[in-house]
Amino acid sequence: MKLTGGQIVCESLIREGVAVIFGLPGGANLPLYQTLPQYPQIRHILVRHEQGAGHAADGYARVTGKVGVAWATSGPGATNLVTPITTAQMDSVPMVCITGQVARSSIGTDAFQEADISGITLPITKHNYLVMHASRIAETIKEAFYIASTGRPGPVLIDIPKDVFNEEAEFQYPDEVDLPGYKPVLDGHPSQIKRAARLIKEAERPLILAGHGVILSKAYEELKELAEKAQIPVITTLLGISSFPENHVLSLGMPGMHGMAYTSLAIDDADLIVGLGLRFDDRVTGKISTFAPKAKVIHVDMDPSAIGKNVKVTVPIVGDVKRVLRQLNQAVEPAVHLGWLEQIEEIKRAHPSNRIRETDSLIPQFVIKQLAEVTEGKAIVVTGVGQHQMWTAQHYGFIEPNSFISSGGLGAMGYEVPAAMGAKVGRPDKTVWSVAGDGGFQMTMSELATMVENDIQVKFAIMNNRFLGMVRQWQEFFYKKSYVATHYTHNPDFVKLAEAFGMLGVRVTDKTQVMPAIQQAMEYNGPALLDFMVEEEENLYPMIPPGTSTAQLIEEPVEEKAKWHR
Amino acid sequence: MAQMKHTITALVSDKPAVLSRVSSLFRRRGFNITSLAVGNCEIPGMSRMAFVVEGDDGIVEQITKQLRTLIDVIKVSDISKADFVSRELALIRVRANSTNRSEIIQLVDIFRANIVDVAPESLIIEVTGDEDKIESINDLLKTFGVTEMIRTGTVAMMRGMAGGTEETQATNLPRSRSDATS
Repeated sequence: MKLTGGQIVCESLIREGVAVIFGLPGGANLPLYQTLPQYPQIRHILVRHEQGAGHAADGYARVTGKVGVAWATSGPGATNLVTPITTAQMDSVPMVCITGQVARSSIGTDAFQEADISGITLPITKHNYLVMHASRIAETIKEAFYIASTGRPGPVLIDIPKDVFNEEAEFQYPDEVDLPGYKPVLDGHPSQIKRAARLIKEAERPLILAGHGVILSKAYEELKELAEKAQIPVITTLLGISSFPENHVLSLGMPGMHGMAYTSLAIDDADLIVGLGLRFDDRVTGKISTFAPKAKVIHVDMDPSAIGKNVKVTVPIVGDVKRVLRQLNQAVEPAVHLGWLEQIEEIKRAHPSNRIRETDSLIPQFVIKQLAEVTEGKAIVVTGVGQHQMWTAQHYGFIEPNSFISSGGLGAMGYEVPAAMGAKVGRPDKTVWSVAGDGGFQMTMSELATMVENDIQVKFAIMNNRFLGMVRQWQEFFYKKSYVATHYTHNPDFVKLAEAFGMLGVRVTDKTQVMPAIQQAMEYNGPALLDFMVEEEENLYPMIPPGTSTAQLIEEPVEEKAKWHR
Repeated sequence: MAQMKHTITALVSDKPAVLSRVSSLFRRRGFNITSLAVGNCEIPGMSRMAFVVEGDDGIVEQITKQLRTLIDVIKVSDISKADFVSRELALIRVRANSTNRSEIIQLVDIFRANIVDVAPESLIIEVTGDEDKIESINDLLKTFGVTEMIRTGTVAMMRGMAGGTEETQATNLPRSRSDATS
C-alpha cells in the first residue's frame, strides 16, 4: 500500500498507541497536518506556543508513563521546542518530537524558516533523526518510540523535510527494531545483588535515596517492600517525591539544598546509602567530599554512565529499578534498626523543618498546607521552578504514586502551565493543581487559552510575591539585599487575566480566604486560577548554600514569640 | 590519580552525524581528545574510531560509559591496559637543498620513513609509527626547518585474537555487564 510521508507518520503513530498530540502547524509541516482529518482517532491539541506543546507532551508522558508527542514546524517552531526537549532529557522523560524541515532541495541554503534542528538538538536528545526519504519514516518512528521509552527514557526528535511528507512510499510498519548499539540491561548482575544484600545486612544506619527511576519503573510496591523488610527510612529526591507515601512511618522527606534539615543530617550519620534511580545531582549532594561521609553506597540505575559519575560507589548495579528491587527483596533478610530510627526521631525533634510559622500575613507554605488538606494529599501537583516548587515539595505531603510533577534537572520556569495541561489531558480522572510562581507563570501563560478552548480543567495557584523569589533570596543572603532585576513592580492583574481568557479567577489576600477559594476553584466546572498575594520577602528554609555541606546549613530563625503550625 | 594517555576504540554505525555525535559528547562533557581517527572497518555499514584521550582512570571510565550511551556506538574498548599496537602516519615537509639533502635522507632511513616528494627547496617525508617515533623524527627534522606537517591521528588494535568482530558479537547483549562487575 502506497501512502504519503504524512500518512505514514500518522499510521505509525497510531501503531505506537499515540492518542494525543500537542502541536502547532507551519509551512514545513503543513502537508503532515493536512492528513490529520483522515485519522480522527488521533486527538490534536493546538497550543499557543511550541514550548507549550513540548512541556505538555512531557507532563502527559510523566503522568501516563506513555511517550508524549509534540509536533512543530521548521525553524522557530522547532527551536521553540529546545527548552522542553532539554527538560525531558535532564529528567529522563519519554518524548517524541516531530518537526517539519524545509524541502530537501533547500536544506543548507539558509532558506526561510530553516534551522538545523537535528544539529541543535544533538546534545539534548537521547537520539535524533533527519529523515530524507518517505520510505524511511516508518522504521524511524518505530526506533524513536523504542529508544524514547526503554532504558533510561528520554526525548527523541525526528526532523522531516516538507517534500518528504508529500513523497509516496510503500507502508509497512516494522515489528522490531535493529539497534545493535542499544541493548539496555534490565536485570541486576546476580553477584552485585548478593554484595548489595550483604551490605544491607551489615548496615546499622541505612537509608534509601529514591529518585525518579523508581517512578519511571513504577517500583512503588517493591520500594515499600525493601524499606519495610529491612526497616530502612526512605528519602526521596525532588523527582523521587511521590515514589513513597509521605504518610508512611519510614518516609524521611527530601534531601539537599532545600531539603529537610533532619534529612540531610541523617545522611551525615548514615553508614549505608541505597541509591535507587537517581544521579546524585549537586543539589542533592552539596559538596561531594562531605556528602554521606560515613556511608558506603549502593547505586542502582538504568544508565551505567550515571553510576560513579558524581559519588564513589561501593556496589554499582546496572538495571531497571523495579527488576533489581525484586531481586534484592528476595536476597535481603528482614532487619530492625530501632536505634537508628530513634536517632532520626531525635534529629527530627531538634530540627523540625517540616513545621511552618504561624503568621498574620499570607505565606506560601500556609497555602500549600491548606491545598494539601482540601485535596487530602491526593491531587496531581505540577510546579514551576523556584521557592514555590520547594515549598510544595516540602509541605504538600504526597501520598499517591507519581503525583508530583516538576522540572527538576533543567529547572525550567514556565513548565508549570503547559505541563499541568498535559498532565490533565493524560489523567482527566484526577484533580490537577498547578502551583505556579508569578515569574514562571508569565513565561507560558498563553496556554491558558488552549485549556479554555479544550476544556482542560487545570486549577492554578499562583504564589504571587511580585518577585523572582528564589533569586531575590540569593540576593538577600549572598549579595546584601541588592535586589537587581528581581522585582516585578507591575505584574498584570491575574484575576482579570483569567477572566479575559474565559476562566474563573479569584484573588486571595487573607488567610481566612484560602480554604474557601481552593474549594471554589475545585467546584468550578472549568479551568480556574487563584492569585495568592503572598508575603513578598518570605525566605525558603532550610538552605545549604551551593557547594557546601550541612555544616553551613541555614535553618529558619526562631523568634521567641513565634507560634508554629503542626 | 595520574593523568595518562588512554587509547580507546569504538565500533560505530556508519550513519550521518555519527562523528558529530561523538565529538559533541567529548566537547560538552569537557573531555580532552589528543587525537581522533575514523574510517571503514571489517563490517559493512560500520566504522571504527580510535581516540587518544588524557585523563585519570575515573575520567576515562566516564568517557567510555558516555560513549556507550550513544545509540550509534556499538562497542567501546579502552585498550590501553592490554597489549596493543598503535600507529600513526604523518607527512612532513622539510626544507632541503643540495648541501643537506643527503643528511636528511640518512635520517629518513634510520626511521624507516619514506621520501614521497622531492623539490629543489624541500622534501616531503612520510613516516609511520607510534606517537613517540613521529615526535622524534619531527624534532630532528626541525633543525632543517619543518614548513608543514599533517598527521592522521593514532589507530590502534589489541594484539592477539582479543579484539574484532567475533568478540563484538559475543559481548553484544550484556554490554554494560563489565560496568556492573568492575
